[in-house]
Amino acid sequence: MKILIVDDEKDVELLFRQKFRKEVKSGVLELAFAFSGEEALKVLDSEHPPKVVYVFSDINMPGMSGLELLNQVKSHFPEIQVSMISAYGDSQNYEKAMQSGAKEFFTKPIDFESLKVEVNKLIESQK
Amino acid sequence: MNLGVILLILLFYLRRPMGPIEVSAEWKRIINGGMIAAFVLWAFSNSGIPIISQVALFLNFGLGALIVYLTLRNPELQHRKGMIYAWLPLMGLIVIQEFLELISPSFFNSIEVYHSTATFFAIVWAVVMWINNTKQRKALEQERLKTLQKEREYKVTEALKAQLEKQVQERTKEITQKKNELEKALQELKSAQDQLIHSEKMASLGELTAGIAHEIQNPLNFVNNFSEVSAELIDEAKEELDSGNQEDAKEILEDLKANLQKILHHGKRADSIVKGMLLHSRSNSGQKEKSDINALTDEYLRLSYHGLRAKDKSFTADFKIELDENVEPVEIVPGDIGRVLLNLINNGFYAADEKKKELEKAGQTDFMPTVWVKTQKIQNGVKITVRDNGNGIPDEIKSKIFQPFFTTKPTGKGTGLGLSMSYDIITNGHGGDLKVKSKPGEFTEFEIIIPQTTKS
Repeated sequence: MKILIVDDEKDVELLFRQKFRKEVKSGVLELAFAFSGEEALKVLDSEHPPKVVYVFSDINMPGMSGLELLNQVKSHFPEIQVSMISAYGDSQNYEKAMQSGAKEFFTKPIDFESLKVEVNKLIESQK
Repeated sequence: MNLGVILLILLFYLRRPMGPIEVSAEWKRIINGGMIAAFVLWAFSNSGIPIISQVALFLNFGLGALIVYLTLRNPELQHRKGMIYAWLPLMGLIVIQEFLELISPSFFNSIEVYHSTATFFAIVWAVVMWINNTKQRKALEQERLKTLQKEREYKVTEALKAQLEKQVQERTKEITQKKNELEKALQELKSAQDQLIHSEKMASLGELTAGIAHEIQNPLNFVNNFSEVSAELIDEAKEELDSGNQEDAKEILEDLKANLQKILHHGKRADSIVKGMLLHSRSNSGQKEKSDINALTDEYLRLSYHGLRAKDKSFTADFKIELDENVEPVEIVPGDIGRVLLNLINNGFYAADEKKKELEKAGQTDFMPTVWVKTQKIQNGVKITVRDNGNGIPDEIKSKIFQPFFTTKPTGKGTGLGLSMSYDIITNGHGGDLKVKSKPGEFTEFEIIIPQTTKS
């Protein structure tokens, strides 16, 4: 199962790879990374149909914001689930994300325990 | 002619003032006495009484001699010398006549023709001298009048001078007072300016706070996350060692090392942001130091972007940064240059965002507000360009944008000091130049030029 993580902070990749080290090693999970909304869309567009089933995206990024990416993904790849990760856990962002069809809304600093729960639910459902 | 009469005339004139000269009261008394004596002697000498009239005549001679002597020798009477010289020949002839008539009338008769001729010349002499004396007296009188006139003029001048001096003093007092008032006003203006500059700094610090919070939060999150995951990795490494997987354990240890480096990196990142914030808020202008323009530009672009982002959730914009690797460290006051960058970049985002809002109202939604920031090494210095795709600056206000208090933003949104302070920092503070290019409706581009060797 492949998930895509979108964040303009590149160190996020290292962090996720270590956090899901066992899952990746055992082959149940495949991680892909993009550092902007535009790059994320390119990654999704590179495979037809895309292998990615879940996108975790930061909201605050230069250029296309996470919320715009959410709309784009939902309109082009409605089957892919999207959850938002934001440093600004305000209700305005939360409501916008939920209205646009986001599955979950995580606030930074990322609570990897709840994130893992979400990913494990996903892995279970894929089996 | 009788000697007595002449003596009376002489005494009469001696008593009178001549021009500015006047005899003292004491002399006047003496002259009065003299006149009485002359009158009495004259009366007796004409009485025809034998012996007595002769004695009176001789006494009259004596009195005449006394008058002539005193007038010629006494300093107080010398001004009447001319009169004595006028009468002296006549007096002498009269004395000779009287004397000869007394002792030898026959001899006198024999020389009477000569005597008469001499008397005639003596009278002519007296008249000529009298005219001459009168002239002198008139000249003296005029002199006296002139002196009086001058004295009067002098008094008037003195009074005018005193008045002028008084006026000058008053004016000086007024001017000094005005000067003090102006100095006070200047002082007040200076402190008001300082306060404005301070509040402008504080305002931009406020704009920065949200950006800074975001910028600090990010590295802190990484520090926390990497610490957490490292603890987990140590457990995993132990497990791998227990199960004899040396290779995997080594791999985990490598990851751990990388994580520690990441923790250090993000810790330093937060540290430099806090330092930058302190630099920004410092109210006195800081010291110049060799600074990495590229790092500074990058930092403030991020601070600006995240600050605006945090303040306004609906704000979306793109930014592109192009850093010239060849840019060398430049002597600058980092806080000041940072403030300029923040101001120009914030303005850029603001302008582009305004255009986006306008277009959205018109139904156009595909416009992406963008700010381009570029550094470039130039001869002896560095050029930083900040460009936005906003609505640009109309030509008619282009000349005003660097003026203090000029702002196009709504009341309360801008102090109107940002650009004027930026201009001051670049030109006066760093010996550089701040230029603006703009095409209304399309773009605005600010160009900062900072020379390598700044004049301080």
